[in-house]
Amino acid sequence: MATLQEIIKARHGEPWREQLRRSMKAKERGERPRVKMPELAPDYRSHSLNEEVNLGLSEEQAVYEAKRCLDCANPTCMSGCPVEINIPTFIKYIEVGDFLKAAQTLKETSALPAVCGRVCPQEKQCEAQCIHVKMKKEAVAIGYLERFAADYERITNNISIPQNTKSNKIKIAVVGSGPAGLSFAGDMAKKGYDVTVFEALHEIGGVLKYGIPEFRLPNEIVDVEINVLQKMGVKFEKDCIVGKTISHEDLQQAGFKGLFVASGAGLPNFMNIPGENLIGVMSSNEFLTRVNLMDAASDDSDTPVQHGKKVAVIGGGNTAMDAVRTARRIGAERAIIVYRRSENEMPARLEEVKHAKEEGIEFLTLHNPLKYEGDETGHVKRMLLQKMELGEPDASGRRSPVPIEGATEWIDIDEVIVSVGVSPNPLIPHTFSGLEVSKRGTIVVNNDTMQSALNDVYAGGDIVRGGATVILAMGDGRKAAAEMDKALQAK
Amino acid sequence: MFKIVNKEHFSENVVHFEVEAPLIARTRKAGHFVIVRVGDKGERIPYTITSSNLEKGTIDLVVQGVGVSSKKLNELNVGDCITDVVGPLGRATHIENFGTVVCAGGGVGVAPMLPIIEALKKAGNKVISVLAARTKDLIILEEQVGKYSDEVIIMTDDGSYGNKGLVTNGVEMVINREQVDLCVTIGPAIMMKFVSLLTKKYNIPTMASLNTIMVDGTGMCGACRVTVGGQTKFVCVDGPEFDAHEVDFDEMLMRLKAYN
Ligand SMILES: Cc1cc2nc3c(=O)[nH]c(=O)nc-3n(C[C@H](O)[C@H](O)[C@H](O)COP(=O)(O)OP(=O)(O)OC[C@H]3O[C@@H](n4cnc5c(N)ncnc54)[C@H](O)[C@@H]3O)c2cc1C
Ligand SMILES: Cc1cc2nc3c(=O)[nH]c(=O)nc-3n(C[C@H](O)[C@H](O)[C@H](O)COP(=O)(O)OP(=O)(O)OC[C@H]3O[C@@H](n4cnc5c(N)ncnc54)[C@H](O)[C@@H]3O)c2cc1C
Ligand code: SF4
Ligand code: SF4
Ligand code: FES
Repeated sequence: MATLQEIIKARHGEPWREQLRRSMKAKERGERPRVKMPELAPDYRSHSLNEEVNLGLSEEQAVYEAKRCLDCANPTCMSGCPVEINIPTFIKYIEVGDFLKAAQTLKETSALPAVCGRVCPQEKQCEAQCIHVKMKKEAVAIGYLERFAADYERITNNISIPQNTKSNKIKIAVVGSGPAGLSFAGDMAKKGYDVTVFEALHEIGGVLKYGIPEFRLPNEIVDVEINVLQKMGVKFEKDCIVGKTISHEDLQQAGFKGLFVASGAGLPNFMNIPGENLIGVMSSNEFLTRVNLMDAASDDSDTPVQHGKKVAVIGGGNTAMDAVRTARRIGAERAIIVYRRSENEMPARLEEVKHAKEEGIEFLTLHNPLKYEGDETGHVKRMLLQKMELGEPDASGRRSPVPIEGATEWIDIDEVIVSVGVSPNPLIPHTFSGLEVSKRGTIVVNNDTMQSALNDVYAGGDIVRGGATVILAMGDGRKAAAEMDKALQAK
Repeated sequence: MFKIVNKEHFSENVVHFEVEAPLIARTRKAGHFVIVRVGDKGERIPYTITSSNLEKGTIDLVVQGVGVSSKKLNELNVGDCITDVVGPLGRATHIENFGTVVCAGGGVGVAPMLPIIEALKKAGNKVISVLAARTKDLIILEEQVGKYSDEVIIMTDDGSYGNKGLVTNGVEMVINREQVDLCVTIGPAIMMKFVSLLTKKYNIPTMASLNTIMVDGTGMCGACRVTVGGQTKFVCVDGPEFDAHEVDFDEMLMRLKAYN
């Protein structure tokens, strides 16, 4: 089989590509300013819960942006993509107007390009490695283009249902329907396996549905992918908790020859500070689940949610940004991010921070909550913040926050959303005997094969990595599918 | 899916359902609960599995209609399907031969207590059940409880049935009379608080089954958290049963009012 380098080289050398490169001077390509993503106006969108903020590039904009890509012989961008999407190839197909070919190129390595184009932290991954950045220019908008091509395929109704190779009737079970589980299921179905996905909740999609809000990732996009899987023969069993409703042994007895555990990092962390159990203090998981999964902000939903007027969200990750922007949309007059480090250390995607600021979110960086106080009914009414400064770099390489002695401050609030990270969902580690589990509670797998200590159990995504990203979860699913197939075929 | 095969009114507002859920029926144990959702716009609400029938593949729920969601559920009829039923959730009750056990149940709390009473009896305990309610019509499951109890003591607030008084009066009567090795209490939080205060006075180990607000029921959201022995616990995965003497009932009572 050809190596990745050989494939890159062969495609780069195709005549149409050479011709295209010559059609415009590299200098001219490099001098173009980066395209701007059309988006909803901040004062409008900060009151609209479900409308997507980014509107997507037009065909003209996409082609314009595609021309900025130099079609490098050594495309460094690819090394920044965890699944090594053939970036110049898909971008050059956009440049020549063959948007469907572009989409197909994406699908060679990514199961969910419409999702990843929207939610990948591109500025830390593919775009960080784009040659333009080294030349002190803005990176090619790889994420925008990826979204464009994938959306084009969907909007024009051109999503092809992959042809399964002949069914081999081997039954495979997937635990969890997040990005890891979905990509695994798709690949195994393509290889001819009889795949059933078991999901604990009443909706398919994992964090893509209950976590990431619609204004960033519309449910429709996730549903289209699920539909494709269904058409490929993948079965979905909702309301079924593996380890509770059915056990590992039950699955084995029912004839499942392999299991892929993609149960995510569902357990919310709290800070264990006084007042954290007051009414109005909740995890971002609870807040986002109520709004996204249970539709609690709609009048016709039975599920309630607090509509705080002065909301503090503790944390600086994507989840914190999603929570604070959601709180703003459902009525917060003041919506504040409280983060103990500075903005430079924030793990959230750059675009989310930018969008949040435009929407009127306040950023109290270098602040950390010490305690909360409630009113006579037990409802949170104010919080005490400790001011911080940056000290020496810590284990994560980021400068660590150090409290400034004596510098504290009370702030009035009526809702607090705690978003300081998640731990792996302990259900499977607790109920599958024989699994090797790390101190952090993640399932230990062989990194090359994603196989766990149990022969028939593979695992990937957040349950293996702790809170990570969609693209890494998806990549794990693909790798596990390839390896499980190899192992089963060798039998 | 999750078809209702039997429905019976225990009292005006308390309904007993038999629901098809073969997978859950197979694995549930005393103390387990399910999360139920009625309709596409419905909430996820927890109910204890009060018993099950393996041959029919059904589980039993006893639901007291108090608010929007429980009333919606109680309006369903035989032949209707419950949109979602997921479980069994929570940890099963720890059952052994403790000796003499007083089971103190209030209102609809008697329903979730029934499987525990049965299991305790089968494990060889002497079981004395104290059932309490405001008035005669609200005493439920007396006959079923009687089947697995050595003695049933009825308490009503208004004296319309059994003894006049609160559940605590009934429990204290037993304590004053004989050696009690364990107390199990399930009912409104305020009732469990007072049972717990009473048994603490007499140093009788006590277990309470907590009915906090939940969403997912799998440890994902933290809505169900309570303070037990100074530590935060999630009722859905660490419970629902806890050492009552360690539970911060005042905090729990406060949190129960979050959406009222
Ligand atoms: C609010 C939020 C915003 C985020 N934003 C981004 C972003 O912008 N970009 C990015 O790359 N990443 C983001 N992430 C992280 C990303 O979503 C996760 O890394 C990714 O979803 C992990 O995928 P997964 O398949 O491992 O698990 P999940 O998506 O967590 O799915 C796991 C599924 O398994 C189910 N499950 C668990 N246990 C069982 C069981 N025993 N039986 C059956 N089912 C079970 C769960 O209900 C769930 O549906 C965000 C996360 C959150 C919470
Ligand atoms: C482990 C467990 C077992 C239980 N077993 C039983 C049982 O066997 N029989 C029985 O009748 N009841 C049981 N309950 C209580 C039951 O779950 C509900 O509290 C009750 O039915 C709520 O009624 P409601 O929503 O109709 O209205 P209200 O009590 O009027 O509640 C108002 C609002 O508060 C919120 N809320 C209240 N309680 C809950 C809850 N538990 N979960 C989520 N949201 C809630 C909802 O948003 C609700 O709409 C149990 C609770 C727990 C935690
Ligand atoms: S999948 Fe993510 S990292 Fe890879 S090219 Fe697409 S946006 Fe970049
Ligand atoms: S590094 Fe940048 S310019 Fe070069 S191929 Fe990749 S996207 Fe295009
Ligand atoms: S109900 Fe969500 S963690 Fe217990």
